[in-house]
Amino acid sequence: MPAPGPGVSQLQAAQEAEFSRERHQAWRKFRRHYLALAGAGALILIAIGAIFAPLLTHFDPNAIDAQWQGTPLAPGQFGHWLGTDNLGRDLWARMLFGGRISLTVAIFAVLIEVVLGTIIGAVAGYYGGWIDWLMMRLTDTFLSIPLLPLLLVLTGIVAASSTKAALNFTSIVLIIGMLSWMPVARLVRASFLSLREKEFCEAARAIGSNDNRIIMKHLLPNAIAPIVVQATLDVANVIILESALSFLGFGIQPPTASWGNMLSDAQENVSIAWWAAVYPGLCIFATVLAINYMGDGLRDALDPNVR
Amino acid sequence: MLIYTIRRLLQAIPLMLFISIILFTILHFMPGGPLAPYMQNPHITAADIARLRHNFGLDRPAYVQYLAWLGAYVRGDWGWSTMNSTPVTVAILQRLPATIELMGVSLAVSLVIGLAFGILAAVKPYSLWDYFVTTFAFFGMSMPTFWFAIILQIVFAVAGVHFRIPFSDYRIDFNLPSAGRYDTDGGGFVDGLRHLILPVTVLSLIQIATWSRFTRASMQEVLHTDYMRTAAAKGLGFWKIIFKHGLKNALMPVVTVLALTLPGVVGGALITETIFAWPGAGRLFYTALQQQDFSLLMGYLVLISVLVVIFNLVADLAYGWLDPRVKYD
Repeated sequence: MPAPGPGVSQLQAAQEAEFSRERHQAWRKFRRHYLALAGAGALILIAIGAIFAPLLTHFDPNAIDAQWQGTPLAPGQFGHWLGTDNLGRDLWARMLFGGRISLTVAIFAVLIEVVLGTIIGAVAGYYGGWIDWLMMRLTDTFLSIPLLPLLLVLTGIVAASSTKAALNFTSIVLIIGMLSWMPVARLVRASFLSLREKEFCEAARAIGSNDNRIIMKHLLPNAIAPIVVQATLDVANVIILESALSFLGFGIQPPTASWGNMLSDAQENVSIAWWAAVYPGLCIFATVLAINYMGDGLRDALDPNVR
Repeated sequence: MLIYTIRRLLQAIPLMLFISIILFTILHFMPGGPLAPYMQNPHITAADIARLRHNFGLDRPAYVQYLAWLGAYVRGDWGWSTMNSTPVTVAILQRLPATIELMGVSLAVSLVIGLAFGILAAVKPYSLWDYFVTTFAFFGMSMPTFWFAIILQIVFAVAGVHFRIPFSDYRIDFNLPSAGRYDTDGGGFVDGLRHLILPVTVLSLIQIATWSRFTRASMQEVLHTDYMRTAAAKGLGFWKIIFKHGLKNALMPVVTVLALTLPGVVGGALITETIFAWPGAGRLFYTALQQQDFSLLMGYLVLISVLVVIFNLVADLAYGWLDPRVKYD
């Protein structure tokens, strides 16, 4: 009879303990990272503005005030404290509601991206062989095509096949989400390649766990950290992508406000209302900066390679 | 090394084919396909469209069309640009000088500034200067280019910057052109330079951020190596060590990243070129999209993607060539 090695449960408990210690250290590192905390704080403020938008303004973001059409109000007049745009719409209201769109597009697109990338990366990393080869060539292919032109072509196709109104929240989220899964897939595959050789994975296989259970219960939880970091930073990327698309006229369509299409509106009327161009960009910039600082802090805290 | 090169070359070919298949499939869903511009013409009847469809071979199965397209593309026949009424190759070639000028200048400017920032930050880590560079990099990375471009336009073109020299009547104007490559009645070197300033500033900001971060990280790593300590122990001067021993090694990864940015020099900058009405390839693509110029879209997308694959390969090979420690199996 062979000497009894450590049981699966013991191995798992040891692993658990190590992970909980790592989590504790991660929090301490993150807290030390004041800029990351400041970023998180700023992000919470921006999110509050978007979530409670109807409570923070009594103006309708799409209501056109004919009185100020063509002669937009400068900031601070008649209760419009950021002024109005060329159609007489209140800019503060549009900014809050535009933030709703920009943030939700980013969050949902990243969710899709993470799910897709995780499935593809997990399957490739776990099964290896020709499946891995095929999945990784697919990843390389999509990584080689420049993202913004490809997104524009797809949104252009959607716009041309029905009406421009088909470029709504859902289609934009789907298009962006389905074209940005590649970095996540690579990360997950890399983690899986090393994790599947670990003892606890072999142990799980030895007691007869099926692939599904090993992937979901043993491998995936250990591969979460890099995914979280990547997803955080990708929220910032998607905010920029969505606003670039909307700015170029192939994203969220007016009258629905998004930070991007507010900017393209403002650019056309920059000579009569330059202030309208300042706020939406400032919002994009602040949000993206906050997320980047937060993501950087998360990476320092979670990524073992940097430690 | 030779075997490795050949193997990588052989791997790149299926990748390029994959790319072209995916792009072809995506563009196949474009309503009207290559005939889209004709569909909006009231003088062209449905019968005409059907005839054109047959003449262009668009009623053949998709895979036959793909193979026909592939054969023509490889031979340099990229189709007819309906928007320019020229072959696609001619339309793209016409835009290349402007794009290469804009992207080349901003790449050069950002490389010089970015490398200087990165080296100085790495030499004095956690100094005030280092914090400045890191902060600058974060701000640059987070800046939406289109907004930065509009703000520059407001400041330098719409409002105009001018100041009066104290105690005199002299006024200095800093108005800069915000659109195009030359004035309609101007031209010449100075005029071209003035038109470059704003778009180059916009493009450089992000690139400086990337280069400085990258150089700082790479330099930091090199500073802690044994050969740097040896050089210091030999009694060499500080900057001599930094430049002769440090920079040479720190630049190796930078060179490979540089190779990865080169497809952009051909492809141009879609957003910046559009905002500044720069007659480059990026803006060509954007107008082609609005005009549904099918062949031009396909030609451009395949060209840029193939360049990405090629320069990825170049970056990989350059790394091995520059750094003899890298072994290929």
